[in-house]
Amino acid sequence: MTKRTIILLKTIVHLLCLSPFVYLLRFYQSGALELNPDPVAYITHFTGDWAVWTLLTSLAITPLRRLSPRIGWLIRFRRLIGLYAFFYASLHLATYVFLFSGYDLPTVLAGIRSGHPGIAIDEWKKVWPSIWDDVRKRRFIQVGFLAWLILLSLAVTSPAFIMRAMGGKPWQRLHRLVYVAGICAIIHYWWLVKSGNRAPWKVTLVLTLLLLARIAYNAIRKLTPNKPTAKGTKIKAAIPESAVTQQN
Amino acid sequence: MLLRRSESLDSKLQSSDITPQSAFERFQQQRRTLLTGAAALGIGAYALSRVPGLFVPSTTAHAQSLPSSSGKYTVPDTQTPFAKATNYNNFYEFGTDKSDPAKHANTLKTRPWTIQVTGMVKKPQTIDIETLLKYRPIESRVYRHRCVEAWSMVIPWDGYSLSEFLNLCEPLPSAKYVQFLSLVDKKQMPDLPYGYNWPYSEGLRLDEAMNPLALLTFGCYGQVLPNQNGAPIRIVSPWKYGFKNGKSIVRVHFTDKQPHTTWNDQSSEEYGFFSNVNPKVDHPRWSQARERRIDSSAFPKTIPTLMFNGYADQVASLYNGMDLKRYF
Repeated sequence: MTKRTIILLKTIVHLLCLSPFVYLLRFYQSGALELNPDPVAYITHFTGDWAVWTLLTSLAITPLRRLSPRIGWLIRFRRLIGLYAFFYASLHLATYVFLFSGYDLPTVLAGIRSGHPGIAIDEWKKVWPSIWDDVRKRRFIQVGFLAWLILLSLAVTSPAFIMRAMGGKPWQRLHRLVYVAGICAIIHYWWLVKSGNRAPWKVTLVLTLLLLARIAYNAIRKLTPNKPTAKGTKIKAAIPESAVTQQN
Repeated sequence: MLLRRSESLDSKLQSSDITPQSAFERFQQQRRTLLTGAAALGIGAYALSRVPGLFVPSTTAHAQSLPSSSGKYTVPDTQTPFAKATNYNNFYEFGTDKSDPAKHANTLKTRPWTIQVTGMVKKPQTIDIETLLKYRPIESRVYRHRCVEAWSMVIPWDGYSLSEFLNLCEPLPSAKYVQFLSLVDKKQMPDLPYGYNWPYSEGLRLDEAMNPLALLTFGCYGQVLPNQNGAPIRIVSPWKYGFKNGKSIVRVHFTDKQPHTTWNDQSSEEYGFFSNVNPKVDHPRWSQARERRIDSSAFPKTIPTLMFNGYADQVASLYNGMDLKRYF
């Protein structure tokens, strides 16, 4: 795949990942949000859904590319889509903090525009106790917040230079936490819906399949020990024996 | 005759004019990528346009007006727009999403409709909806409506005090509670979710039900109840969380024991029998101290929740000496 194709594809993936956000902005600007019965709940669910969906998409890349060496290039999009998962998770958290909590965002924005930025702090002081209360008392908030913290740490360590500075192994170990984030996000969803509401079953099924695919893949690899590399990796030249032994 | 012979292609085209194979393949690949990308974008845009929420109001085709006189129980708060009050409903029989009832409740048949009166009464009877509609003059009352999910509306309901109907039923002195059972019919409710104790059951202590605030409701916003709001007959007890108010009621049962109630069966630590609006008693998953008041703005204000939803003057005496944290 040529460099230009990659750039083109990346542009498309960026546009696709941004389109829900653009849709939400348009939804607000067009006045449709005002017509929605519960706009704040709508934004909360919208950003939460897209955070989960983008996270699952990024988790789907590894099992997918193992299916065929011809789609090995998919790996180039994993980090990009993962960062969008963090983007939507952050929007979701911001919605909770600046809208759902009772923070009066329209008044604060009007205040800032008319030269009274202090109102942002005053509003924060007003809602802070109830946010703190939520974080202390409610397990679905805790588990959701944990998922966001994990995504934050992965996003911060995602640039290539940090990966080099950390070293491949520790970096990989840290980034395996993405599975924990995925599981936390799904638990967050189950704990927040009413009992008897099975709405989260679809994303739960997808996450389960994606995790099972990894377990199955590792099990198969263990059962076939003479296969030195992953199925999806194309080897141009055999690694010389010396190169392997020297490192150990 | 002069025939001009064209020059052969060979002599015109130089070998340097031929597109190198690699360049041709590259061009083809880029073209394919571009087309795939365009297709993906197209599909993405289409999928997004299908995202529910692109507000399509499905108001009932023929709104039937319901004449009423204005009653004395009216709060001055700004009323919630009709479109919001009729497109954001918890009526699980028609689907678990709050936009479902407006879409699906058109399958509900509200005529003929009768209400069975059973249990501890002088004489069990079946009353026709038309009889009830004419039994007492319809009053319009603007009530606050507080959902247990921490949002609220202000709705003009049309009906008369539940006590009028209860007296008509002639309960025995031994009756202490009244239970309201809603319609359940798989034919009219194809989306009826599994895992709930249907039919929907709610109840009140008889003295609560006799409080003049409790409204036997036939309409809202001056018209016959839209199906999704619990047509043709429902209860509204504004000092309690919304789920206490049974919709599409087919049976009223008098008893001396506290009746089972659907959400309490489902999750007793989250939904108590009394479920009086109380800012001091949190729901396990959220605080009940505040509520989002659904109005016509994009970012509605969050306001403090009032004890008994602001109806303490009328109802607080019903609970004298009761531990409201325990009996939530």
